[in-house]
Amino acid sequence: MSDAVAIEVKGLGKTYDTVTAVKNLSLSVVRGEIFGLLGPNGAGKSTTLRILITTLSPTSGTATIFGHDVAKEADTIRRMIGYVPQERAIDRFLTGREHLLLLADLYHLPKNEALTRIASLLKLVDLEEHADRVAKGYSGGMKRKLDIACGLLPNPKVLFLDEPTLGLDVQSRLNIWQYLRQLREQGMTIVMTTNYLDEADQLCDRIAIIDRGEIRAIGSPKDLKASLGGDGVWLTLGDPQPQVLETLSTALKALPFVRAIRPTLQGLDIRVDAPEKALPAILETTNQVGCRLDGIEYHRPRLDDVFVAHTGRSLKDLPPEPTT
Amino acid sequence: MNEQIQEVLALTNRWVKRLSREKFSMLFTLIQPMLFWLIFFGNLFQRAADIQVVQAPNYMSFLAAGVVVMTVLNNGLAGGVDLLFDKENGFLERLMATPIRRSSVILSRFLFVMAITAMQILVILGVAFLFGVSAETGILGIALILVIGMLFGVGLTAISMAMAFSVKSHGDFFSVLGFLSLPMIFLSSALVPLAAMPGWMKTLAFFNPMTWVIDAIRPLILTGWSEAIPQVAIALGVLAVFDALCLYGGARAFRRSVG
Repeated sequence: MSDAVAIEVKGLGKTYDTVTAVKNLSLSVVRGEIFGLLGPNGAGKSTTLRILITTLSPTSGTATIFGHDVAKEADTIRRMIGYVPQERAIDRFLTGREHLLLLADLYHLPKNEALTRIASLLKLVDLEEHADRVAKGYSGGMKRKLDIACGLLPNPKVLFLDEPTLGLDVQSRLNIWQYLRQLREQGMTIVMTTNYLDEADQLCDRIAIIDRGEIRAIGSPKDLKASLGGDGVWLTLGDPQPQVLETLSTALKALPFVRAIRPTLQGLDIRVDAPEKALPAILETTNQVGCRLDGIEYHRPRLDDVFVAHTGRSLKDLPPEPTT
Repeated sequence: MNEQIQEVLALTNRWVKRLSREKFSMLFTLIQPMLFWLIFFGNLFQRAADIQVVQAPNYMSFLAAGVVVMTVLNNGLAGGVDLLFDKENGFLERLMATPIRRSSVILSRFLFVMAITAMQILVILGVAFLFGVSAETGILGIALILVIGMLFGVGLTAISMAMAFSVKSHGDFFSVLGFLSLPMIFLSSALVPLAAMPGWMKTLAFFNPMTWVIDAIRPLILTGWSEAIPQVAIALGVLAVFDALCLYGGARAFRRSVG
């Protein structure tokens, strides 16, 4: 195994009684990158993360972090990693500083080192002013900052974050991204789950798209988008009957700039090479075939398209986050 | 070893902080049992209770042992609640991702619940004293009452934590808790001696470990060493079995839940 590999996951599986949460999952994370696990709720991202942080044991396969097996050498792993759980895992009766002091004891830090480290972390996440207030009064953004400080306290080699910006306002979100980029600059390896496309796109060096417990695609957002081939034109048809779609597809395939066509729920997803020529031609063909066109949308490849291409559905169409 | 002490102290400190920040909760935790049971119940039934039946100078002196053990019961059964919330909001997972011995979380909870219970027992005995009830066996007897109370509390807290780790939702937890606690009290010698109970209740109360614990503590308060010693010996035997079962069940539930 190369030195550059921080995490190696091979054939990982997790089955609860009758439900398979993760199936034959393999991936590797390179040292010093931000790696994103992207997928809808219940896709298996959090299960994968929990196995990596040793709070859940896999039913099959292996995962190693810097050569140490997460199932067999849990204690060694726990000393190397930091964990930022999904929202709410804050004790509202403790102050921010008390959270950090508690964790310092759990990581067995000597008192002096704990105090200096806590002071510098509070400064990093800009919580010094509020450090001695109980967390009950913290805003969502402040809680998240505290979470990150907690995750960083052990000075981890790998930082794991579960949905780090879920439910945050734009400004807090950008701040968190900023910290994570800063940490990457310092050489930290970061693994995070997210169901935000823009977050995966803008923050992560590489992502794994996970759906129904399986990896559908792995790569940098740029490569994944490029692999789709061409810009996208989405047609929304007034009457998307199968035979209408069929006729239209056949007619469109004959056009020189069209590279691929895929039916969607409301119409067609067309990949084209030269949009300035393709668009008028597509419109003309649609008219000739006699399809009622309700909408046409052109865009450069987006991560959502990658998601649609690999899972058959859009992350945006999925039901919103349950609030429980 | 040093590391584990550091972990347990830090975690226990957290429980203490939490309690101290919930001032109302703390006040009611400490005051409720003696106010409700000892003062109200004790005085209310003073005339209704037959001295011949309870075999005590007055009802409150009879009731004191029962209130002590009821407090142990309530604290013990509620002992897992905070872990339940920790499990539900993800704080437990945060703890479990740190390099601590898995047992430290449990130990800190035992330590905390036992300390609170001990303080409450002392307050109850203090209030009873103000109403003229003093322990016949003196300081040593009070120390023994604390020990017996703690031994019963350990088992109960283990049950509570086992439940906290096993239930699907906290609704389930509180239903079971509500279902358990009052029958445990009524089907014991807390309010009425076994001899005065209808046959079927007597039978049920006989198999309630709480009865044996109360029957050991009562003579320590009411009569003196000669009557207390055999009762205490029996109670210790019952508690050894009870605690062994509870701790075994608790350990299993814990391992299943957090590995």
